[in-house]
Amino acid sequence: MNQIVKKVILSENVVKLEVEAPLIAKSRKAGHFVIVKTGKYGERIPLTIASADIRSGRITLVIQKVGKSSRKICALNEGDYITDLVGPLGKATHIERFGTVVCACGGVGTAPMLPIAEAMKKAGNKVVTVLAARTKELIILEEEMKCFSDEIIIMTDDGSYGQKGLVTNGVEQIINREKVDLCVTIGPAVMMKFVSLLTQKYSVPTVASLNTIMVDGTGMCGACRVTVGGKTRFVCVDGPEFDAHQVDFDEMMLRLNAYKDYE
Amino acid sequence: MIEDLKKQRNEVWREELRKSLKNKERIAIPRVKMPELEAAFRSRSYDEVNRGLSAKDALREAKRCLDCPDPSCINGCPVEINIPKFIKNIERNEILEAAKTLKETSALPAVCGRVCPQEKQCESQCIHLKMKSEPVAVGYLERFAADYERESGSISLPELAESNGIKIAVIGSGPAGLSFAGDMAKYGYDVTVFEALHEIGGVLKYGIPEFRLPNTIVDVEIDNLRKMGVKFITNCIVGKTLSQEDLHNEGYKGIFIAGGAGLPNFMNIPGENLSGVLSANEYLTRVNLMGANRKETDTPVFFGKNVAIIGGGNTAMDSVRTARRLGAERAMIIYRRSEEEMPARIEEIKHAKEEGIIFMNLHNPIRYVGDEKGRVKQMILQKMELGEPDASGRRRPVEIQGAIETIDVDMVVVAIGVSPNPLIPNTFSGLDISKWGTITVNRNTLQTGLPEVFAGGDIVRGGATVILAMGDGRKAAAAMHRKMKCG
Ligand SMILES: Cc1cc2nc3c(=O)[nH]c(=O)nc-3n(C[C@H](O)[C@H](O)[C@H](O)COP(=O)(O)OP(=O)(O)OC[C@H]3O[C@@H](n4cnc5c(N)ncnc54)[C@H](O)[C@@H]3O)c2cc1C
Ligand code: FES
Repeated sequence: MNQIVKKVILSENVVKLEVEAPLIAKSRKAGHFVIVKTGKYGERIPLTIASADIRSGRITLVIQKVGKSSRKICALNEGDYITDLVGPLGKATHIERFGTVVCACGGVGTAPMLPIAEAMKKAGNKVVTVLAARTKELIILEEEMKCFSDEIIIMTDDGSYGQKGLVTNGVEQIINREKVDLCVTIGPAVMMKFVSLLTQKYSVPTVASLNTIMVDGTGMCGACRVTVGGKTRFVCVDGPEFDAHQVDFDEMMLRLNAYKDYE
Repeated sequence: MIEDLKKQRNEVWREELRKSLKNKERIAIPRVKMPELEAAFRSRSYDEVNRGLSAKDALREAKRCLDCPDPSCINGCPVEINIPKFIKNIERNEILEAAKTLKETSALPAVCGRVCPQEKQCESQCIHLKMKSEPVAVGYLERFAADYERESGSISLPELAESNGIKIAVIGSGPAGLSFAGDMAKYGYDVTVFEALHEIGGVLKYGIPEFRLPNTIVDVEIDNLRKMGVKFITNCIVGKTLSQEDLHNEGYKGIFIAGGAGLPNFMNIPGENLSGVLSANEYLTRVNLMGANRKETDTPVFFGKNVAIIGGGNTAMDSVRTARRLGAERAMIIYRRSEEEMPARIEEIKHAKEEGIIFMNLHNPIRYVGDEKGRVKQMILQKMELGEPDASGRRRPVEIQGAIETIDVDMVVVAIGVSPNPLIPNTFSGLDISKWGTITVNRNTLQTGLPEVFAGGDIVRGGATVILAMGDGRKAAAAMHRKMKCG
């Protein structure tokens, strides 16, 4: 049982929770995630750790309401408990001084990008962040992202904030004006697919953080498997980050919809 | 040991019991039948199939045991339970005594009585077989005694040695971890079990289904351990949440690794990542651990109508019978050898057949075909025949050139085996890891390359059995205790 100590509503569909989890706060690194289950009959779902504070022993989770389980977690309030929380899971992001790193985030993908941008910045990289969403209200964590970015480019589909366009337009602008050494992308699968296709065209090494269906999160079930470079890999233990140019995004998108008719 | 057996066999009550009935009369008693739920009903229900023997039946079955001077059944038992002694206690209607005898050796008799492959172990050595008669139903009797004790409400907690305050960590709460924890608590240690999942019990909870091993049986054992002072910490992955160093810093003086073999193997054939194709671990975890078949839970599961399970072990049988219970019209076993080579318990194969499971032996999938949404819709099978025996002594399946078959399926469960969980081997430094990913230990003590770290169960053996895991737990506890005392 882990208590929720703070709840902030980031947008209509996105909630930020600060949760007491001292052991995880201590051992987590950028890129790690947790598995969360609410209630006796809850489902186990993966959530990336957006940030953590060792001193207070808290971790921050940012959750978008998509299905039944994420809604249930978003409905919890300060003082409530998360029934089961386990982590940190997955491999940590590979951090080094690459040079210029572009962080391409779509929607709620900004949350898991936050610790990566922070670590990249601290490692001495120039960090250029592209925040993209359908509309202004859905751009989240802009202020937090500013702390770790040399520059932020905002893109909205409807042009209600920043520039009108897609995340790929933002990334392409950067590539066209300077040498990009690494692109990290987190967001909906289809968005990551198009970022990957774009950067492949320009031969910019790209890492994507995959958000597949998971059950245990410890390599026990294979629900999270994806094809990377023609080989089957488990996202929960081999990932969540992979060389985006090797990922079979089409297969991943089909697998993400596997249980659509059964929920 | 042999002396002890002889001495006990010579006790007056045993002698009198032997004299009370002639061997000829004992042999003439037919083997008891386990009362079962009717197949048509049970293939739609999660209730336990085997109902357990009545006291009357158990007492009569106990009479069939000849109390041999040289009981070979004991050699067939991986942990050498004193089988004649417990059975003769049943015969004289001292059932609690029988349960106590079982517990001298086995930490989990109610579990093992249900899931051990007795036909390959104790019962395969029974004297009756030499006389062309069916073996004594050792497994049924074991279950009977353990259930009787539990239901009588007088489960005796073992006596605990005075607490010595030494902290011991157990990684994993399957049968190996639980039995180790119980013995160490008895010796007086301060034991904490760390479990990655949100439930205690390992495969006993997430793998083996309710219709074969009800969770309540496992929970009673866990409660007893709690009463003995064992602490359980769920949602804690050693190597992730806590490191090897953390355990050391928190003052744990001994560590037992019992992380099991949870990594599912796939065949790496085309189409295996289509949706609707899943590992047995995923399927069984969704149903058994997450309760996905029940309305009140949030976890989804496929309710396939044409379901194929790949494999011939217990996991395959559990998966196929689960699929049947979740409404499959055609639930099929696809196995590349013949029934004779199937590693599953004979009883599971029998139960599966009664429940209408279709067995397609000597078939091997080579490819899956999906629909436009990426869902599996067909499987392509290669027909096989048996050739020469391979390293395992079983006849090797070979392809029949050109014999290919296509079958419609809407769900496929891959149950072709598991590998050791790589998390601990990857994060603990100083362990010797074999090329199969198992942790290498000293066979007698189960000590690893690190002096204070012991390991047992499936993480050492690869996918094995409950009784071997349980036996490892006890052996490691004895060895660690010896080491702590003698330095
Ligand atoms: C479906 C199925 C049916 C079976 N049927 C039978 C049968 O009929 N008869 C029989 O004898 N055997 C059967 N077996 C095999 C038997 O269940 C296993 O051999 C036995 O459970 C192994 O016990 P264990 O304690 O080594 O590991 P497990 O039972 O696998 O338990 C290991 C536990 O450790 C936890 N863990 C792993 N890593 C960590 C970590 N780093 N930190 C914390 N916790 C961790 C895991 O979550 C798990 O709960 C079956 C297996 C399956 C899957
Ligand atoms: S979530 Fe089960 S193996 Fe990755």
